[in-house]
Amino acid sequence: MIRSIIIGVLAVALVGTGYWGYTEHQEKNAVLVRAENNYQRAFHDLSYHVDLLHDEIGSTLAMNSKERLSPSLAEVWRITSQAQDDLGQLPLGLMEFSETEEYLYKIGEFSYRNAIRDLEQEPLSDEEYETLQALYEQSGEIQGELRNVQSKVLKENLRWMDVELALASEEEPLDNGIINGFEIIDEKVGGFSEVDFGPGLAELTTSSEDIAERIANEEDISEQEAIQKAIDFMEQNNNYDLNNANITLSGEGLDYEAYSITIPDTQHGTNIVMDITKKGGHTVWMLNERDIDQQSISLNEASENAKAFLEKNGFGDMQLVDSKQYDNIGVFNFAGLMDNVRVYADSVVLEVALDEGDVIGYEGFAYIENHDEREAFEQEITREEAEERLNPNLEVMEHHLAIIQNQLEEEVLCHEFYGVINQDTFRIFINAENGREEHVEKLANAEPVYRGD
Amino acid sequence: MTNNKNRRKELCIIISFIIASLTILPFGAEAFSDQVIQKGATGDDVIELQARLQYNGFYDGEINGVFGWSTYWAVRNFQEEFELEVADGLVGEKTKEMLERATDYDKEWVHRMIREGRKFTYYGGTPKEIQKGPKGSRDSKQTDQKEQDQQRNQGEEPAQEPGQPTEQPGQGEQPAPEQGTEGGQGEQPTPEQGTEGGQEEQPAPDQEEEEGGDPTPEEEPVGQEDDDVDVESAINVPEGFSDNDIQLLSQAVHGEARGEPYAGQVAVAAVILSRVNSPKFPNSISGVIFEPRAFTAVADGQIYLEPNETSRKAALDAINGQDPSGGALYFFNPDTATSAWIWSRPQIKQIGKHIFCK
Repeated sequence: MIRSIIIGVLAVALVGTGYWGYTEHQEKNAVLVRAENNYQRAFHDLSYHVDLLHDEIGSTLAMNSKERLSPSLAEVWRITSQAQDDLGQLPLGLMEFSETEEYLYKIGEFSYRNAIRDLEQEPLSDEEYETLQALYEQSGEIQGELRNVQSKVLKENLRWMDVELALASEEEPLDNGIINGFEIIDEKVGGFSEVDFGPGLAELTTSSEDIAERIANEEDISEQEAIQKAIDFMEQNNNYDLNNANITLSGEGLDYEAYSITIPDTQHGTNIVMDITKKGGHTVWMLNERDIDQQSISLNEASENAKAFLEKNGFGDMQLVDSKQYDNIGVFNFAGLMDNVRVYADSVVLEVALDEGDVIGYEGFAYIENHDEREAFEQEITREEAEERLNPNLEVMEHHLAIIQNQLEEEVLCHEFYGVINQDTFRIFINAENGREEHVEKLANAEPVYRGD
Repeated sequence: MTNNKNRRKELCIIISFIIASLTILPFGAEAFSDQVIQKGATGDDVIELQARLQYNGFYDGEINGVFGWSTYWAVRNFQEEFELEVADGLVGEKTKEMLERATDYDKEWVHRMIREGRKFTYYGGTPKEIQKGPKGSRDSKQTDQKEQDQQRNQGEEPAQEPGQPTEQPGQGEQPAPEQGTEGGQGEQPTPEQGTEGGQEEQPAPDQEEEEGGDPTPEEEPVGQEDDDVDVESAINVPEGFSDNDIQLLSQAVHGEARGEPYAGQVAVAAVILSRVNSPKFPNSISGVIFEPRAFTAVADGQIYLEPNETSRKAALDAINGQDPSGGALYFFNPDTATSAWIWSRPQIKQIGKHIFCK
């Protein structure tokens, strides 16, 4: 009797477990299929967008009327950004597929620039026409390869989930239809080097490459000197445990050599970390990792401290251009000042703790990259003339002269206007040589705290 | 009998003197703290500044406790109008004095309106009752108890102010008594909660949709009385980023690098931002973070953990331009990374457990 009850209970349990296992299995499959579907969709979209891209570039080639060309180039730009977006959704992650993404970006930039340009006044040059021609052929090649992969995926029922597994298992060599296809594409794109995208795009330089170039001719400093520089740079106090300072040289990945220095701050029981370039001994960035207590000084006092800090370190003329308080930290943006002209390229950011008022963060990438003796710029357009070019609805509140980098990364002298339209504040740069509106931005308002309910 | 009456009268007079001195003394004696208020600042002084500027019509934005651009221009205009020597936008001794002379400020009322998340305005001469919107009519931070760190203005209790009629004539409900002392009990006529919630700032004092009847008293938990709490309803955000971007970034930092040295956490945030700027990666913080196979914390769900203060600070630091990674685009943990490819990248440096590379 008891035995049959037990058997009965076990049988029910078995059936129950079986049923549970079955539903779990179903659910897991459903989730997998859904993930797979997302990948498939991104992939087929990608291939579709590259199709469109090829066609659209093709039609720009055949066009002669300027009115049609601009919209068509704008369309190219839109499609490239969609294709980039599709690529970002595929599980290619660590795989080297970056050439293709960069290539798409460049096509986008190129078409955007030419789309917004007044083609009546400034028609496409022969070189630019050739660039378009080259882009047409290359996008055709990419399209062909992608079509190839696509048909393989459809015919052999290849799954992106398998790509993910293959990439995760790290087995070399990777043998997967999709991966191989994409590798071929990327290699091809890597070979498209000779396209002339115009100034500023031909080679995208990173800030660290620029820094390397800038300081290339300066003297090397030793580790000892670097530590000394680090100490000179910081606030003067005796809480730094120099005996336990740690210094290492950056690896080959950084374009310029830099010492990374860690100095224990005994007063707070934390570390101060900073990078100092080996050539010339410039401080690139500095951070004090300590926790910040309650606010006890005002933002204004803190900004004075920040100014004093810059003066102490021989930064010369700098002007505070923005300050913001985040809880108990003040963040200050300074721009260089040359004959009362703001030089935005020479900017540094300082962070000041609002409890003790000391500088806890410094960042000077742009300063090292750009700071140089500059020749004075010619001002051809007066403030009044520039003001006439502004939107009549803008109520001008403030005016400066400023040197900024324009879209082509050239430095230009501008009239900088701060103005208000309704509730919003805008900053507008009018080129002081030719009166062009170089840059317009809406400045951030304080953000309300969204509670999410 | 008469004696008794007289004594009572005396007592009354004395008491009223005491009350009067209590209520009058703190006011004017201290209002603003003595800091120079500068653009970008946050806190109670900024709330007071905005309220006072709104009181005399220079500022018609929202009173939110963040010294942003519109507050800045209001200060500048005020300074110009009153011919202070320099219209520099810094609220120093003189400007504060001038403001205090020209305006009234009912701190308790303003703070309560903000705490209750009301949309409200603060124009002098307009009855306050018609200046406040319904509860929760704007999104705002409810009293954040953990941030009771602003002890500066303690002891200030401005009571009813002269020239501020607080009752609504002809609307026939309780004549909104002693706003300062009763601390938010039952006087507000609530016009249907939430019907106009979420509307954008309407500084105009013409919101007269208040209905006469229906004086449903609202029980406010007493204890929210404490007016030394940070009540700002807004925060500073870096140009081009929203607070939710910062949150997302700090979640990624927390998931990927909690327990790492602070510089390492900033570096991880900086890698994400470098990717956003790189043409080889998606163009938004969310795009980069959720790119399939890009971050293990995303793959295993650790990104959904609640980030701590440190990771948020690290995210902010990185957004403000800090980059200890030296422009790295990748990082990995040498103990767990098996991919040969990642080892082939040119390395920049190691911070904590992570190697950063190009």
